[in-house]
Amino acid sequence: MKHLLSIEDLDRASIERICDRAASFAEVADREIKKVPALRGRTVLNLFYEASTRTRSSFELAAKRLSADVVNFSASGSSVEKGESLKDTVLTLGAHKPDAIVIRTPWAGAAELVSRWTPAAIINAGDGKHEHPTQALLDVHTLRQRLGGVDGLNIWIVGDVLHSRVARSNILAFQKMGAKVTLAGPPTLIPRGIEALGCEVRYTLDGLAEADVVYALRMQNERMDESWVPSIREYAHWYQINGRRLGPRQVLMHPGPVNRGVELSAEVVDSPQAVITAQVAAGVVVRMAVLFEVLATSPTATHPLQGVPA
Amino acid sequence: MAAPLLVHAPATQADLLIREAHVLDPRSGIDGRYDVLVRGGEIAEIGPAGTLLASEVTEIFEAGGRHVFPAFVDPHVHLRVPGQEHKEDLETGTRAAAAGGFCAVLAMPNTDPVVDSAPLLRSLRDTAATDARVPVGFMPAITRGLNGTELTEMAELREEGAAGFTDDGRPVVSAGMLRKALQYQRLCGGVIALHEEDPSLSGKGAMHEGEVSAQLGVTGIPSISESTMVARDAMIAGWESGRIHIQHLSAHESVQAVADAKARGVRISCEASPHHLCLTHEAVRTLDTRMKMNPPLREEADRQALIEGLKSGVIDCIATDHAPHARDEKEVPFEQAPMGTTGLETSFAAIYTNLVLSGDLPLALVVARLSDGAALFDLPTPSIATGEPANLTLVDLDRAWTVGDGGYESRSANCCFDGQTLRGKVLLTVAAGTVAFRARHFEVVS
Repeated sequence: MKHLLSIEDLDRASIERICDRAASFAEVADREIKKVPALRGRTVLNLFYEASTRTRSSFELAAKRLSADVVNFSASGSSVEKGESLKDTVLTLGAHKPDAIVIRTPWAGAAELVSRWTPAAIINAGDGKHEHPTQALLDVHTLRQRLGGVDGLNIWIVGDVLHSRVARSNILAFQKMGAKVTLAGPPTLIPRGIEALGCEVRYTLDGLAEADVVYALRMQNERMDESWVPSIREYAHWYQINGRRLGPRQVLMHPGPVNRGVELSAEVVDSPQAVITAQVAAGVVVRMAVLFEVLATSPTATHPLQGVPA
Repeated sequence: MAAPLLVHAPATQADLLIREAHVLDPRSGIDGRYDVLVRGGEIAEIGPAGTLLASEVTEIFEAGGRHVFPAFVDPHVHLRVPGQEHKEDLETGTRAAAAGGFCAVLAMPNTDPVVDSAPLLRSLRDTAATDARVPVGFMPAITRGLNGTELTEMAELREEGAAGFTDDGRPVVSAGMLRKALQYQRLCGGVIALHEEDPSLSGKGAMHEGEVSAQLGVTGIPSISESTMVARDAMIAGWESGRIHIQHLSAHESVQAVADAKARGVRISCEASPHHLCLTHEAVRTLDTRMKMNPPLREEADRQALIEGLKSGVIDCIATDHAPHARDEKEVPFEQAPMGTTGLETSFAAIYTNLVLSGDLPLALVVARLSDGAALFDLPTPSIATGEPANLTLVDLDRAWTVGDGGYESRSANCCFDGQTLRGKVLLTVAAGTVAFRARHFEVVS
């Protein structure tokens, strides 16, 4: 695998291969010296055009546990603020010959675009509202660890699907792994035409009891200002996953950061059903597996040219 | 006495003979093999194939059965002058037009600065009088700076040769503003051409709202953003007995709204673009910025409605909305890219390949619709008839070519058909009696 740009590009076998490798990396975290030499001498560039704590730090941690060198580049405070285009930034940073670039931008398709401008392996860490493939992989990994597999599971994704790249990647990944996906949320936040992906759409949580897994999405405060929903209060009333709605055998997931009291009540965040911290832990091992996949299992990237002629 | 609507650079009036051509002029009913003699820029004689003599002419084109059509007229192009000459200018834009078989184009005013005053219009026309390879007309803005709140000096602009008025690129959001423009139209005439979009519905959308946008996570522009405005503006035009033209129809609901208005007797006309006729939002799946335009590529049902509209006459003409952008402006993520595709050089071939060869549209109808825009804006309609000024194009329908191979005449390369192999190559364009384009590989016997 040269790049990880979207879940769409992966088949079930590659998702399983990455998750299996993630599982084998898990014991590294339990060692006293949390490092293996797999990517020694390789350079990983974190290129973040959007704020991110957990994704960036888990990529950094993942790269370091594999002994790669890591350079962090964030758009704020950089030449991007002086008007440098994405392409020029990538060509400039590409001159440092990174072996992999982990990129997050607010623009759909940007990771794919960047992959045409540099010989480095590209890992999409979120492109606009399009995809967030490593999140979906770590969620699949978490479910396999917790429930033994994803096949046949009934998974409800609840909340703001419209603005969520996590939702889009997870719908694809869960379905590829054999799950049935139902989307539930306010009609204003379910994109027209999303049923074409083969998932069911509901506007209430009636029937949530039949879900094996409840995947709550983050509800962003700024959505209120744009009248996507009338108020946090009304949203919480209709869509909050709370102790009354969550069954004892259901698994609760959330990509973080959680708004306690909005999409999740405090009680369920801390409940035994919640695997939210397991997701965070899975984030590091899955990203180790992804970095290993693109850097160690393909022929070493060479740099005959500074940039790729477009 | 108002100025003429079209301006072009002076050039030698053509003396040429096109021999053994398949002449097709749907409006005059000619469809057969003829020789066409052009003398001093006028069509001097049309005779049975192989009968006309070349003694007095300087150039002979052996058409060998290839087609001669009335040249095309495009009432909707962006030539980017003044202010955005890095994308296009009057010379490159009209060269692209000639290469596409066009003998006249109307340029939109969303330039920098906006064409909204008589001095600006005058200076543009002066430039066209030295730079334009085919006749160009200019459509100044309806409102100053496209601000949507103050009318331009429409009557003065009209005297200076305004071919009509438009805020293209933007809708006239205020119904009251459009009403005033239509009232004022009674004084000065000039079709009011409308870009239909309700910004409260289109918002920050970058593509058609539907299955593809849902899957890509790209904010959508719903069809109702266009259709509701078409319906509204048709009502206003009907009320004021005004004359409006709806630009670049994209949604089937809009076609219906125009059909309804026409049935009520509203003085309304409309256009469809080659890209909306040939492509759908499926082409946007790869987030290729050349596929980003406004209005966006919509669904197959919309495309079919546009094709049906062209057949039924609800859609009056084909217009390219030729919208050049520099390479670095389009070489960005999809959501950041400016809207627009070039279209002048590919319009005939794209429609011929995708709609005529597929059996969706008859060739004669396409040829007619590619110049039917002229009459809508009171421009002379090209006609292949004795005594008419020579406005014709010689096309090799069998010639396959790959769009973008060998570059473009336009300064910009953001063509949505780039890389496609199309059939139908323009070999010669005579515009206003002068040879405006001649294919480099065309055999010339003299």
